[in-house]
Amino acid sequence: MYPNQFDYHRAASVAEAVELLSSLPDAKLVAGGHSLIPAMKLRAAQPAALVDIGRIPGLSDISADGDSLVIGALVTHASVADSTAVQGGCPMLAETAAAIGDIQVRNRGTVGGSLAHADPGADYPAAMLALGAEITAVGAGGERTIAASDFFVDILTTALADNEVITSVRVPCAAGGAYLKHRHPASSYAVVGVAACVGLDGGNVASCSIGINGVTGKAVLADAAAAALCGGPASPDRIAAAAACVGEAFDEPLGDLYASGEFRAHLAGVYTKRALAVAAERAS
Amino acid sequence: MRHRVCLTVNGKAEEFDVEPRLLLCHLLRAYVGLTGTNIGCDTSQCGSCTVLMDGKAVKSCTVLAVQADGCEVTTIEGLAGADGLHPVQQSFWDNHGLQCGFCTPGMIMTAVEILERNPDASDADVRHGLEGNICRCTGYENIVKSIVAAGTRATS
Amino acid sequence: MGRYVGTSVKRVEDPRFIQGKGRYVANIQFPDMVHVAIKRSPEAHARITRIDTSAAAAMDGVVAVFTGQDFKDGGCGSLPCGWLVPDTKVPDRPIVVTDRVCHVGDSVAVVAARTPYIAADAVEAIEVDYEPLPTVVDARGAMDEGAPLVHAEIEDNVSYHWALGDQEACDKAFAEADEVVEIELVNQRLIPTAMEPRAAAAQWDAAAGEMTVWTTSQNPHPIRLLLSAFTLMIPESKLRVISPDVGGGFGSKIFHYPEEVIVPWVAREVGRPARWVATRTESQMTDSQGRDHVTVAKLAMTSDGTFTGLDVETWANQGAYLSTFAPLIPTALYITLLSGNYKMPGVFGKVHGTLTNTVPVDAYRGAGRPEAAYLVERLVDLAAARLGRDPLELRRQNAIPKEDFPYQTPVAFLYDSGDYDRLMATAADRADYAGMRESQAAARAAGKLRGVGVVCCIEASGPAPSAVAGSLGSAVGFWESGEIRVHPTGQVSVFTGSHSHGQGHETTLAQVAADELGVPIESVEVVHGDTGRINFGMGTYGSRSACVGGSALVRSAEKVRAKVLKLGAHLLEAAEEDVVYDQEAGRVHVKGSPDRGKDFGELAFAAYTAHNMPEGMEPGLNFVSFYDPANFTFPASSHICEVEICSDSWEVRVLRYVAVDDVGKVINPMIVEGQIQGGVVQGVGQALTEIGAYSDDGQLLSGTLLEYAVPRADLLPGIEVDRIETPSPHNPLGVKGAGEMGTIAATPAVANAVLDALAPLGVTHIELPLTPERIWRAVQAAGNGA
Ligand SMILES: Cc1cc2nc3c(=O)[nH]c(=O)nc-3n(C[C@H](O)[C@H](O)[C@H](O)COP(=O)(O)OP(=O)(O)OC[C@H]3O[C@@H](n4cnc5c(N)ncnc54)[C@H](O)[C@@H]3O)c2cc1C
Ligand code: FES
Ligand code: FES
Repeated sequence: MYPNQFDYHRAASVAEAVELLSSLPDAKLVAGGHSLIPAMKLRAAQPAALVDIGRIPGLSDISADGDSLVIGALVTHASVADSTAVQGGCPMLAETAAAIGDIQVRNRGTVGGSLAHADPGADYPAAMLALGAEITAVGAGGERTIAASDFFVDILTTALADNEVITSVRVPCAAGGAYLKHRHPASSYAVVGVAACVGLDGGNVASCSIGINGVTGKAVLADAAAAALCGGPASPDRIAAAAACVGEAFDEPLGDLYASGEFRAHLAGVYTKRALAVAAERAS
Repeated sequence: MRHRVCLTVNGKAEEFDVEPRLLLCHLLRAYVGLTGTNIGCDTSQCGSCTVLMDGKAVKSCTVLAVQADGCEVTTIEGLAGADGLHPVQQSFWDNHGLQCGFCTPGMIMTAVEILERNPDASDADVRHGLEGNICRCTGYENIVKSIVAAGTRATS
Repeated sequence: MGRYVGTSVKRVEDPRFIQGKGRYVANIQFPDMVHVAIKRSPEAHARITRIDTSAAAAMDGVVAVFTGQDFKDGGCGSLPCGWLVPDTKVPDRPIVVTDRVCHVGDSVAVVAARTPYIAADAVEAIEVDYEPLPTVVDARGAMDEGAPLVHAEIEDNVSYHWALGDQEACDKAFAEADEVVEIELVNQRLIPTAMEPRAAAAQWDAAAGEMTVWTTSQNPHPIRLLLSAFTLMIPESKLRVISPDVGGGFGSKIFHYPEEVIVPWVAREVGRPARWVATRTESQMTDSQGRDHVTVAKLAMTSDGTFTGLDVETWANQGAYLSTFAPLIPTALYITLLSGNYKMPGVFGKVHGTLTNTVPVDAYRGAGRPEAAYLVERLVDLAAARLGRDPLELRRQNAIPKEDFPYQTPVAFLYDSGDYDRLMATAADRADYAGMRESQAAARAAGKLRGVGVVCCIEASGPAPSAVAGSLGSAVGFWESGEIRVHPTGQVSVFTGSHSHGQGHETTLAQVAADELGVPIESVEVVHGDTGRINFGMGTYGSRSACVGGSALVRSAEKVRAKVLKLGAHLLEAAEEDVVYDQEAGRVHVKGSPDRGKDFGELAFAAYTAHNMPEGMEPGLNFVSFYDPANFTFPASSHICEVEICSDSWEVRVLRYVAVDDVGKVINPMIVEGQIQGGVVQGVGQALTEIGAYSDDGQLLSGTLLEYAVPRADLLPGIEVDRIETPSPHNPLGVKGAGEMGTIAATPAVANAVLDALAPLGVTHIELPLTPERIWRAVQAAGNGA
């Protein structure tokens, strides 16, 4: 309940944040604090310094850029869920944000923090994978863009360098998307979360992508399942057959007291089937 | 290293000299003496500590006091107006929305946000809206009733 | 009856809670207070080879650091057990261990510091070396040959064996049975999780030699007694224990805990007030936990479905030490309930109380009775399935008929009153049971897994009488005190030994007192939870407050009325036989002449001025009663639950929940309904989400609220509550306990519904909680893989 001592710095700009991160030993960024503070309260995380980016101007906007939405790193989950731009352009993303934690958590937690933390049970990662999002980060060497598929490396590990700050996420709009989640009854994190995107061409599935979190240490793309659905109609049989392929995406499913890895893999198939059906429905 | 934090708590602006690690809930309880904000867990799960920060419900156990610098905080003690209890407080009383009362401040503060977002919230909306709050006593039945009744949805 | 009893008076305690003015122990603050924190064992069983507190002691802001030896040397005694069945082996339970830890969370060292943050830093800085010892966690496995011993001196890890019932009748029933159904099941361990974590504070007045202790307790007087006589060794006259507003207890705050000794001891030692507030995680690993039985049982019946015998053997996990009432729960509150609501001649049960390297187990809402109800009600459903009978109908066939009350069961209890057939009929009616079955058939035809669970359950509430409790092993009595102090103005203070931690006694007991005296409820205040203000009382648990605490007040009110009547007659210059006490109006008047009378206030004033008293009457108007009931009361319930299970992800969705209860006379229907609703959700928690799980090496796997799934608001769509009333003849109010019935009935109601839904797939048993994975596995094991 009582975090260790640490030094606190409030960064006024991204550049200052990068500078502080580079110069202070064992420093961590804090945005909403809703992954970091719980860990610090249990003394599972003991950073020597926090660099608060919560008030850096310009990181809290959602804007449209062609067929994409650009979401600032500090945009809260509640703002994503409530945004009419997101609801209209990318309903799955709004759905994902609304599925995170609870009202209080959504009022504080940020997109950037969630992605950087890369919790296996976090909801955004599956959606970002399925949507083909690109994460923009600024580090000592300047700005770079990382594809979501390259971003999640392992449990609580991303492609970010120690002194890099996520500034925004570019999310291609997709009408035909759905995110469905089996909530952990205690923690509310995803036991399994499936984000599915379906693009139709005439009656056939022209494009499909499926992101899954909760099952393995990092969120993954179920490419085999997605490929299996393409090239034909999104019929219940074809969806079921495609969903049956998700297992190939999981190397080592993780288990806990509530759900073993084996069961999570099973649930992933079930939720994939459901998410594909909703996505296809929305796409048509 | 200590920091100066300015907060407006229940309409009153105050300055505090705090360690960065001090949680907002502890600032409210130990520094301001507002013990109505209860602490029911250490993993941010129970919602007992919910307060309004710049008008939004947050779990004050998961906010550093330094993060709240410059914010307006409303706690359960600041909810009632000069004209008496807030309608949500009144509704909890009228509908037996509490037993031991420990979760109650957090429930009421969350309810304020639920109704702010949707004054016409249904029973199911409220049950969903309370996903971050735990009550061990009431079985939620009368909490839900209290919140729905405090909204605009006509009760039968 | 009077104006208030039987009506839903709004709670008088609510204004302070809804405005954030609850007086919880954690809110107590003194300017120079030290914050106490406790170093907890991360090991389930280990020898301590080294403790180094020097770094902690040297930290800025640390006031003192203590180890177990300090407490021993400082005169603290071990925690006693307050209920001993014959030949109970009681392991020593030190306040702070010295050389060996026996469960994760055992206290190892104590810090007092200027802030709780510094105290936490200091706890982290204490170095402890452990030499791990082998562990045992399983209730039945603890008795296995070669199982590691939790305490070397306690053979086979057995604390006690206990048995009750008519073994001969039981054997005969099975010998002659047409049908026998058997079951082996686990009543899983639960973590009570009252939302307020435990806390204690203390202030020592060195000059007066007086100690005040604030503690989150359901029963401050027994705590004072134990502190005084066994652990802290301060005379009762110098020790005041206050348990102010308490944020839920559910049993877990009955017991005497080490921290209640540590905090006052530290306060005296450092000469400053002290406070300790558990973190949630600390509470989860140190509050006594509930249930944890392994049971093998069988039910005998004739071919027409008449139950004839029940044979039960249970291994009850007691944890590493015996918590204050631990041996009571699986004995006199469990085996005694095995007859359920049914007429069966041959009931016999035996239990083995075993010790393991886990957190101690004691009463948790229902305490023994839910374990019995879950067992019996599962067996009855198995019987119905075996006989091809409707489970409700089979229950009605075997229910004790209302003519048979008082009914003597084969397992000691004499049930007071009831009408179980009407109870079940009301539930069936309210739920439209027939309609539920029809829609179930339609749902099944459409390939859905729909199930209906029905139960009829019994509770024994308000343990009594004291002499019987004593003969069964209790070290305390089970009476209650109630004082009515009428002030000169006619205002009334009620002092009750019962304790409210959510139950609303400040309202309910005021209703009782106001009606008994005929005064407005606004003029009655109820005081509880303070040994400095109240006569010795036993506190609140076992759904006893209305039955026992309420009755004590009725007795005191009778005494007040008698005195007021006599005084009134005297002042009215009438013979006592010629005046009446009008309980509606709170007035004594001459029979037939309501105008010739005196109001309650006038009479109270007269009693205190004492200018004109009847010959020999003492001044004042103040009466105390100690009420020892003749028996328990026996509430009953019939709950019906309808569920649907998703046939691929295996989530259980509760569609409807109907609870019909008989808690005798009802003082405040709103409060009683609230008790039932809250109880139901706790019972559903056991059925669907909650489990206190340990790994084989004694690690608590569900030690935080990230793993331990307390029901949330969306677990049920709502609860429909109804009731019937069969007054208890055992107390003057006719009430029965209402606090635990919901919990007792809900677990089997949901379990039966889920297993009913799965019956077409050939699943007959799944251990609780019925999580999607457990259901999935059971379906696969039954050969219906999906
Ligand atoms: C009770 C509770 C329930 C929750 N339930 C869910 C759930 O169901 N689903 C879910 O997805 N999440 C859940 N969360 C987590 C929540 O979504 C967090 O808000 C989120 O994971 C982290 O965002 P944050 O802004 O709070 O990050 P912080 O906690 O501030 O930071 C998290 C990590 O990211 C780093 N970081 C933060 N911002 C940046 C940035 N811009 N660039 C680089 N690094 C950065 C930090 O250094 C830190 O290591 C829950 C949290 C709580 C407390
Ligand atoms: S105390 Fe803040 S969520 Fe529990
Ligand atoms: S009223 Fe006790 S926890 Fe909600």
